[in-house]
Amino acid sequence: MTAILTENRVKEVKEMRAAYCETLMELAAENENIVVLDADLMSSMGMVPFSKAYPERTFNVGVQEANMIGIAAGLSATGKIPYAHTFGPFASRRCFDQVFLSCGYAKNNVRITGSDPGVTAAFNGGTHMPFEDIGLMRNIPDITILEPVDTTMLKDLIKQIADPFGVFYIRLLRKNAIKIYEEGSTFEIGKAVTLMDGEDVTIIATGIMVDDALKAAEKLKDEGISARVLNMFTIKPIDTEAIIKAATETGAIVTCENHNIINGLGSAVAEVIVENHPVPMERVGVRDSFGEVGPESYLRERFNLTTDKIINRVKLALERKESRCCNV
Amino acid sequence: MLSRERIKELKIFATNIRIEAIKALGNLGFGHVGGSFSIADALAVLYGEVMNIDPSNPKWEDRDWLICSKGHSGPSIYAALALRGYFPIEDLMSINKPGTKFPSHCDKNLTTGIDMTTGSLGQGSSLAVGVALGHKLDKKDNYTYLILGDGEIQEGQIWEAVSYAAHAGLDNLITFVDYNKKQLDGFLVDINKPFSISGKFKSFGWHTQDIDGHDIEAIYNAIEEAKKIKDQPSVIVLDTIKGKGWNYCETAPSNHHITISKEQMEDALQELNKQLDEVII
Repeated sequence: MTAILTENRVKEVKEMRAAYCETLMELAAENENIVVLDADLMSSMGMVPFSKAYPERTFNVGVQEANMIGIAAGLSATGKIPYAHTFGPFASRRCFDQVFLSCGYAKNNVRITGSDPGVTAAFNGGTHMPFEDIGLMRNIPDITILEPVDTTMLKDLIKQIADPFGVFYIRLLRKNAIKIYEEGSTFEIGKAVTLMDGEDVTIIATGIMVDDALKAAEKLKDEGISARVLNMFTIKPIDTEAIIKAATETGAIVTCENHNIINGLGSAVAEVIVENHPVPMERVGVRDSFGEVGPESYLRERFNLTTDKIINRVKLALERKESRCCNV
Repeated sequence: MLSRERIKELKIFATNIRIEAIKALGNLGFGHVGGSFSIADALAVLYGEVMNIDPSNPKWEDRDWLICSKGHSGPSIYAALALRGYFPIEDLMSINKPGTKFPSHCDKNLTTGIDMTTGSLGQGSSLAVGVALGHKLDKKDNYTYLILGDGEIQEGQIWEAVSYAAHAGLDNLITFVDYNKKQLDGFLVDINKPFSISGKFKSFGWHTQDIDGHDIEAIYNAIEEAKKIKDQPSVIVLDTIKGKGWNYCETAPSNHHITISKEQMEDALQELNKQLDEVII
């Protein structure tokens, strides 16, 4: 893993979906077993170039998410390496039993991409807003859950998962991400990236919250608070080692996710903490709500997904750490 | 065309499937007898005559695949596989016992010769479409045989798969519907009427046939006809009796999953052995 943090974290010119399509085309050129499936969202996902280049390896099944997941599993049983896409809520809650049984339990080999995580579903509104996809998928034994943060990470992860056998869920922003990593950075699935070192508290973030976590850490530094920032892009299997290290060395943890705080990243981290090294912990995320329609900026405020909320939670965690320390 | 002698052999095979399945389930004391017995004749034709398989090489890549979407018919399939030599017959005695390789519902990761894991009704249909597509992509000639239950086709996913299979022109997919008229809670007509099963498939663009699901020759001929159809998937609706071969089970008000006492197992074996004698004579 050689992940280099970029100095200027600006919005990328290239959309995540364009990087996704390009990467799959590169993979397909090298490996004839790569196949792509979609349920009538190929154009939304920017996969038309792939379907034109490899029409025989493209299966747009129409508006049939459950069937798509089953077909992907069936194709994998004949040696194909399927990447199936639909919007996050349909990939998870609509097809949960198909992903669980036809893919996971049956030990088939399938990559499922659920796009528009959380508030990024924006104008598609509450019906299309997955605040629970990580939670659902996390219940499937042996699954790998990835949330790439920018195009650099996306390309690396999509290539890495072509080879291993198993079920993979990729939680993917379709549009422009904030660039976090320099081109050429590489990542190790299951290992968090330390974006900033610190001593007082650790902020563990995924997806669109990584940039906010860094911003929060930078502001906290001005106030004399030293925050460690981890990008936990693999939500399952979670990097237990990095979490225990953070708890031991910094004594307080704050998680940040564009997802319900129930059964998402925050829960996964909390499980590791309570079983290994309990320390004060706070969670930034959607607090058990349904989604709604609106621009992402509004939704971020509405569902507590802002830099300020992270700073508030860090201070709460530090207060708890302080009081705990003095009570001992 | 099958010779008289071959038909006789397949009838014996079908009865032996029922005999071995009831021995295993009777040893356990309960099980899915109804749906296992209704499909036994089709399994005898498939595993005994039609399917291109090699019991000494269960994962042979040129083999035909069988996906039993109504996964609870596992006991009959296990019996057919054992009779074809995939594993010793005695192994069937472990059906549903702790740590067994023979669970109630088919599991490709546990049982030698099982091609797909099924049990959550409806899902085998999409899996079969995926397998058939995979073989098309590889330009292979092997067939995928899919078995659906008549109650199972109440699941919406079946019709998603049926729709896409026709769109994709999967002439390497041959489906059977075990039309035994009964589901767990009773008769289909009382719970959720199937209306015309083949009519539904036909309207989705499938080649359809309705036959007597206990007539070995008719099953064989229907498969031969289905194989001649190009660019279209085929369905063979098997008119069957749930629990076929054991009068007690056939006439039981509820026979999806039943308890089997030692006496009942003896009764079933006596009846099935009598059928065997009649065929042999």
